[in-house]
Amino acid sequence: MLHNRISRLAAATAGGALLMAAAACGGGGEGATTEASASASSAPPAAAQAKVGLAYDIGGRGDGSFNDAAAAGLDKAVSELKVEKKELEATAGETDAQKEERLRLLASGGFNPIIAVGFAYSGSVAKVAKEFPEVKFAIVDDDAAKGDNITNLMFAEEQGSFLVGVAAALKSEKGNVGFVGGVDVPLIHKFEAGFEAGAKAVKPDIKIQSKYLTQPPDFSGFGDPAKGKTAAQGMYDAGADVVYQAAGGSGAGVFEAAKAAKATAIGVDSDQAALPAYAGFKDVIITSMIKKVDVAVFDFLKNYSTGAVKSGPSVYDLKAGGVDYSTTGGKIDDIKSKIDEYKQKIINGEISVPTS
Amino acid sequence: MNGFVDRLLGRVRLGGWLAVAAPVIAVVFAVLITSVVLLIAGKDPVEAFTTLADYGTQPRSMAMTLNTGVMYYISALAVAVGFRMNLFNIGVDGQYRLAAVVAAAVGGAAVVPGVLNIVLVVVSAVVVGALWAAIAGLLRVYRGVSEVISTIMLNAIATGLGSWLVSEHFGVLTGNDLGTRPIPDDAHMPGIPLIAGTPVLVNGFIVVAVLLGVAYWVVLNRTRFGFELRATGKSESAAVASGVSVKKMIVVTMVISGAVAGLIGMPELLGASYKYSNNFPTDLGFTGIAIALLGRNNPVGMAIGALLWSFLYNSSNQLQLLDIPKEIVQIMQGVVVLSVIIAYELVHRYRMVAEQRRVGRQLAAPQEAPKTEAAA
Repeated sequence: MLHNRISRLAAATAGGALLMAAAACGGGGEGATTEASASASSAPPAAAQAKVGLAYDIGGRGDGSFNDAAAAGLDKAVSELKVEKKELEATAGETDAQKEERLRLLASGGFNPIIAVGFAYSGSVAKVAKEFPEVKFAIVDDDAAKGDNITNLMFAEEQGSFLVGVAAALKSEKGNVGFVGGVDVPLIHKFEAGFEAGAKAVKPDIKIQSKYLTQPPDFSGFGDPAKGKTAAQGMYDAGADVVYQAAGGSGAGVFEAAKAAKATAIGVDSDQAALPAYAGFKDVIITSMIKKVDVAVFDFLKNYSTGAVKSGPSVYDLKAGGVDYSTTGGKIDDIKSKIDEYKQKIINGEISVPTS
Repeated sequence: MNGFVDRLLGRVRLGGWLAVAAPVIAVVFAVLITSVVLLIAGKDPVEAFTTLADYGTQPRSMAMTLNTGVMYYISALAVAVGFRMNLFNIGVDGQYRLAAVVAAAVGGAAVVPGVLNIVLVVVSAVVVGALWAAIAGLLRVYRGVSEVISTIMLNAIATGLGSWLVSEHFGVLTGNDLGTRPIPDDAHMPGIPLIAGTPVLVNGFIVVAVLLGVAYWVVLNRTRFGFELRATGKSESAAVASGVSVKKMIVVTMVISGAVAGLIGMPELLGASYKYSNNFPTDLGFTGIAIALLGRNNPVGMAIGALLWSFLYNSSNQLQLLDIPKEIVQIMQGVVVLSVIIAYELVHRYRMVAEQRRVGRQLAAPQEAPKTEAAA
């Protein structure tokens, strides 16, 4: 009996690894093909054409959220600025050495500028940027990496989240809303803090349920729709009627739960009601907190092409149009004027939104 | 008698050319399967394998392969200690992560200077890993809880506990990353310029890993404890009959496995990141299980497995530069483990059949059979 158990376990370990890899390869394969066709359709290399290297965070192109926003900015640059591109993806659980190597491979392969997506690259960008002073680096979501050739693309996630918090409170009939965070990290705390402040600004006595899907270093919470679904289901069962998710790929599960509960949800990062990947859920997504990573990436590449790259932090807040809320589907048209009032107050500085 | 699991865990030895045949078959098989997958994905397998070969022979990638391999090897050793007595410590992952959190906090506090701090960090990691593993051992002995179940659950608890310790007690926010206070410069493990032609230093813990590998072999094969451990693994009832306290063996083995597991995070903590943050490597414990299977619990086999695994892992960036999806690396890793298991099984069966035939021949010629058998 013991032997049986052990052999089954061994087979499951090996077989599971293989299956996961095969499943992941399906996605990766598609990404690779689209990439190939995109580069084939772009114009032939010009003399001064920039070769852009982009290093994704875990999840990579196709996560329907944060990484995809960066990819959208890059794609825009490829078609409008005629830059060449090379995208490299991160592997789950890797050390800084692998991240450094990724950036170094790009830098030594003649790619300039190089964009690192996600705060996980903080240490590695700081280190590699020093080794390649002639290469321009940009890092999204991190201001700890400092250097003459590093641009930090920062976002005021709490301000955008405040606005969708306002929308949630105004749309909630039961006075009960929820927040689902992907992983319990400081960055996602900003989303939660803004959402909470926004909801309470409308209804001080509103009930806010909050849950993070995983604890670091387990980052699966950004890519596990099943976890998102369970968490959101719990919130709807406990009386919530609007749930805001800042959970990357897990967000799809939150939308599923919303649909099943005939309730509503709020998207994040991209205008998710408008994304083909979420077409089946566009009826439940009343709005999305848009974090314009695509705009930041495109701006950076545009500045590079005109030689106007500034090192140090570039802050994308409400004022700069770096964060916003979406109105696709017309579900919040009736309260739009109220949300815009708050928006104006934040831009004026009348309301300052907490970050934690 | 020789069950599949005994063969799986390397407790059955193949003699002569068969011992060489099995790994060779496995590698050939793995290359074939991977080529098929690459062809299906529309990529040129020759190009992929040439890239891998090129990458693997550069000094810089050799140093990186060694560095990741050190962590993999220690992890495989931690797993293998348990495997040798049928004890499945799936909790190596949680043990090393919790150990790294506490050790990083101890090191960051810098209560003692320099080398003493390194020693203190390593000792605290070993102690935390051992204690955490001991919980599963005690549950098995006193409550009959399967260590497979309890260690998996303890992994989840370790994640929560570690995260709570970092966010509530030890954490310092740098940008968007939360981590422990960095360990001061004087307590960094120095690297070794082992590979010529690259500025990349090899992690100083490679020495520790080699010593651990030697100790693993000596303890298991040359001490009474090792004999008792292997005996318990092969047959619990026989071990009891010969006076081995199985309960004691279970707890002690779990503690040793956990103590070794505590060391897994040390190369990264003392040689690279100098702090435990959201960026600390994860899942090394599970990688260790695969490598222990791959290396059949043999200290040299596991070293080769760890290097192979680490080389494949590190080549993912290089493959992506050629538009080959990085997931091919995971496929190769999975196929290699399966191939090794299948190849050893095939070779074993071949040997059985060959032996039966030989016996059959001898029985067919009854006059000479006894003599040949005696001679053999």
